[in-house]
Amino acid sequence: MAIQATYLDMPLAIDDLDVENLAYFKHCAAHDFRLQRCTKCNLLRYPPTTACPWCMNPKSDWVPVEAKGAVHSYTEVHHAIQPAFKAHTPYLVLLVDLDTQKGKPTKDEALRVMGNLTTPDGKLAPADMVRKVGIGTRMRMVFADAGPGIAIPHWTIDEAAQQPAKPWRYPQE
Amino acid sequence: MPMPDTDTSSPKYLRDKYAIVGVGETTYTRGSGVTTRALGTWAVRNAIEDAGLKASDVDGMLSYQSGDSTFSTFIAGDLGLRLNFYMDVFGGGSSTEALVGMAMGLIEAGMCRTVAIFRAMNGFSQVRIGGTGARAAAPIMGDALHGRTYGWQSAGQMFAPTFMRHMHDYGTKPEQVAHVKHFHSCHASNNPKAFYKKRYSVDEVLNSRIICKPLHLLDCCVETDNGTAIIVTSAERARNLRQHPVLIRGVVGRCSKPRTDMHYQTGPISTVAGHYAKDILWPNSGVGPEDIDLTGSYDAFTFTTMLQLEDYGFCKKGEGGDYVSNGTIKLGGKRPNNTSGGHLCEGYTHGVNMVVENVRQLRHDVDDYCPIGPDGKRQHTYDYREGGCRQVKNAELSANLGWANPGTGSAMVMRRG
Ligand SMILES: [Zn+2]
Repeated sequence: MAIQATYLDMPLAIDDLDVENLAYFKHCAAHDFRLQRCTKCNLLRYPPTTACPWCMNPKSDWVPVEAKGAVHSYTEVHHAIQPAFKAHTPYLVLLVDLDTQKGKPTKDEALRVMGNLTTPDGKLAPADMVRKVGIGTRMRMVFADAGPGIAIPHWTIDEAAQQPAKPWRYPQE
Repeated sequence: MPMPDTDTSSPKYLRDKYAIVGVGETTYTRGSGVTTRALGTWAVRNAIEDAGLKASDVDGMLSYQSGDSTFSTFIAGDLGLRLNFYMDVFGGGSSTEALVGMAMGLIEAGMCRTVAIFRAMNGFSQVRIGGTGARAAAPIMGDALHGRTYGWQSAGQMFAPTFMRHMHDYGTKPEQVAHVKHFHSCHASNNPKAFYKKRYSVDEVLNSRIICKPLHLLDCCVETDNGTAIIVTSAERARNLRQHPVLIRGVVGRCSKPRTDMHYQTGPISTVAGHYAKDILWPNSGVGPEDIDLTGSYDAFTFTTMLQLEDYGFCKKGEGGDYVSNGTIKLGGKRPNNTSGGHLCEGYTHGVNMVVENVRQLRHDVDDYCPIGPDGKRQHTYDYREGGCRQVKNAELSANLGWANPGTGSAMVMRRG
């Protein structure tokens, strides 16, 4: 069923035809991170798509995936473009390499999942937390509820994980 | 009746068989005060006049846009052109060179004879290219659910993880990349048309405010309103026209990394589409990067210039920071880049003005501050100080490297005929 929601004052919409995104966010709403796994070659993929990028098979199953990994790259936004983000600068946009399927099917590939840096309860992180995170920081997924049938997956620092001594950060603070 | 066998005797390449014979622009401005229809019409008209052609000589038209321009039918109608082929495609910065390649194919296939390519945009006063305004307020749907939801919308925001990872992987320094703005701004100070003519130092770039790391304000291009156009026809026809012919050596169009728009899922993200495009561009052109006299590497950001020059092989992988800061790319250097000031300074046109500039460079008739002689041609001084010359001495071969995003690029090599 179609989803209309408001998240950070931004209108989100998924219509009935977009079955891949409906499925993805329906699982997120239950705080259950699932990705499509190809029924033929068994590789996972992200973001949701309509066929397997490694074997063209259109069929897939939504399977639970452990949502932990390390920051592959990021940007720290100081000048927001979208009005909804102006109150939250600086904010981090993170590209996180999941541990699951890292280095497959070729060594430079990974399931690289987008998200903001948030507190453990899914709120955009305050500036002092933003300054702690860089390339290599270990992350775990959390969800920000956005309405019936939808929650937004995000990343927070994995307190239980062994963190790198000094994650790589842009040299100018 | 059986068809004859495919002719295998024809040459594989179209090197020097087609030419750019006309270029046209409108003023690079903020607040054009007119429609994109007027900007496109006037740019195409200027290009036709520049070539010394008549309206009846142009029978093909190509344009590109992203829902922010006027279609070919109106531009052709306003100018009284009757077309044998036209098409308007969706897209941005990787389109100019790609459409030149398409124009060559159209003429080669006998579908038309002379093609006008244009891009018209009110990138400041209507649909802002930086993504503010209507684009930022539209509902988030489809693929954008995995981007805009996270405040990942503008070109700068979306390219930034690639730029950051390049710094991480290769030790590229902010001050190296800031040289791109420094050099391009020096070039712009010798360009009467440039929207920003002021020279900026590396420190001024680094001290400008952070937009999104690693981009300072002065690492980002300018938003402007303008129309730009080029005319492509056969080299044979070019010989009888007004301008010194500029021949097309080879083109690669909209070459992509795996998974294109989701390119950040595959491969090293600090590598861009030029890594693949170079294997088409150089063989098609029959030359290599070492032969090129000047480049037009797309400067939506200082970093895009660096990444493309590196991945097209102008330096070793990972040495782009040194290449763009060691003086090679400045006027008077070994291989100047964006001698007009490019998108960082002259104006933002999604790539056309960088081709326009290199066409004029190869004519040896760039429109700088040098005096015009009795023959109507500029007497170039090759004095590159502020307010002076920007003609590259003895320019014979140029390369334009167009950028859509880290995952897609186009390129073209041109030579003086
Ligand atoms: Zn598969």
